Amino acid sequence: MKPVAFEYERPATVAEACRLLASDADARVLAGGQTLIPMLAMRLARPSRLVDIARISELSGICDEGGFVAIGAATRQVIAEREPLIALKVPLLAKALPWVGHAPTRNRGTVGGSIANGDPAAEIPLVAVTLDATFLVQTAEEKSELAASEFYVGPMITALPEGGILIAAHFPVWAEGRIGAGFHEISARKSDFAIVAAAAQVALDADGRCTALAVGLGGAGDTPVRLDAVAETLIGSRLEDKLVRDAVAAATADLETADDLHASAAYRSRVAATLARRAIADARAEATGGRHAG
Amino acid sequence: MQVELNVNGRSIAVDVEPRCTLLDCLREEIGLKGTHAGCEHGVCGACTILLNGEPVRSCLMLAVQGDGHAITTIEGLNPSPGELIVLQDAFCETHGMQCGYCTPGMILAGQALLARTLSPSRAEIVDAISGNICRCTGYGQIVEAIALAAERLRTANQKPGGA
Repeated sequence: MKPVAFEYERPATVAEACRLLASDADARVLAGGQTLIPMLAMRLARPSRLVDIARISELSGICDEGGFVAIGAATRQVIAEREPLIALKVPLLAKALPWVGHAPTRNRGTVGGSIANGDPAAEIPLVAVTLDATFLVQTAEEKSELAASEFYVGPMITALPEGGILIAAHFPVWAEGRIGAGFHEISARKSDFAIVAAAAQVALDADGRCTALAVGLGGAGDTPVRLDAVAETLIGSRLEDKLVRDAVAAATADLETADDLHASAAYRSRVAATLARRAIADARAEATGGRHAG
Repeated sequence: MQVELNVNGRSIAVDVEPRCTLLDCLREEIGLKGTHAGCEHGVCGACTILLNGEPVRSCLMLAVQGDGHAITTIEGLNPSPGELIVLQDAFCETHGMQCGYCTPGMILAGQALLARTLSPSRAEIVDAISGNICRCTGYGQIVEAIALAAERLRTANQKPGGA
């Protein structure tokens, strides 16, 4: 349970970090290390060099940009969890953050690390896909933007270019109506990886009609998925229980779910539909309770 | 690599390989064996330390990442040698341990909670130690110990019977 030997670099800027990564194909980015260091200990990862980006100041911080909230990739999860701006502007992310690992891992783990790691059961990628977040990526050559839904290719496989570093994630702010969010997850024990997780954010008008809805599932298949069909069906309704149940059932009928040691595919499908319904119901209740768009 | 660590208020220079975890550095280089090595891949919580007052797993940090932070181990809690803090006393009184392997991690996780609040709910206590595995006690007495310490700290400077 000891890592193989590697070199350790702590560059001061993103540009320098990109140069280090470009010069060595076996180098890996180290941020919070809450996934990478166990992989090193088990020797499932054998990098030649670790490029520690955790103290690069341009990668840390949470900023209200009007239409979106920008979160620097190296921002610790605990900082995001305690940030009032996120609770106000991106309520779904605020709901999900307490489910990420447990307190000691959130104290070290970063928002960007969870996004770039691409675990299909991870909560932050699920919220990013559900809300249609944008990821900023930098390599030695260029900067680019990727939509969260394009970013996740397979389990732990992302569209991050070789030698690239995730710089920030932009989470859209919903500006109109009464906003509510719901998040549900089941796992074998508290803080374990989700067998299935469901996320929902709704906006209601003064009449209680749904004007916007985003629903997503994590842990069910190879990547987080957004259930666009549910939103299309339910926008304009009052999110009555029966409508929600039917829309979710239709959207999850053909869902490809993973079958493994922890749960069968059939069980995951059933749980996914149930949790999606509960997440929407919670989001509706919260919106009805009077939270206004920020 | 040379790295300067601030451990229990003392500045210590060590020379370690980059692959050396903070856990191994504390135990083998600095000789603080109170930080226990359990699973060594972030599952059990036996190696919990406080980093700037917050609980983290020392097996999930490299020693070379530790400079510039205030590191507190179980040895750093006591005001003087042989003297127990209130939470440690509470663990003794409620039988909050059997084999003792998880105990330093449990105490540090509990202590971080008590630094935030002296009126934790049972749910908050359970959440605070949810990253720490105990294979003996069934957790009941550990939760009881933290609640007892909270009560004692909360009421320490109050007149008996008065609020």
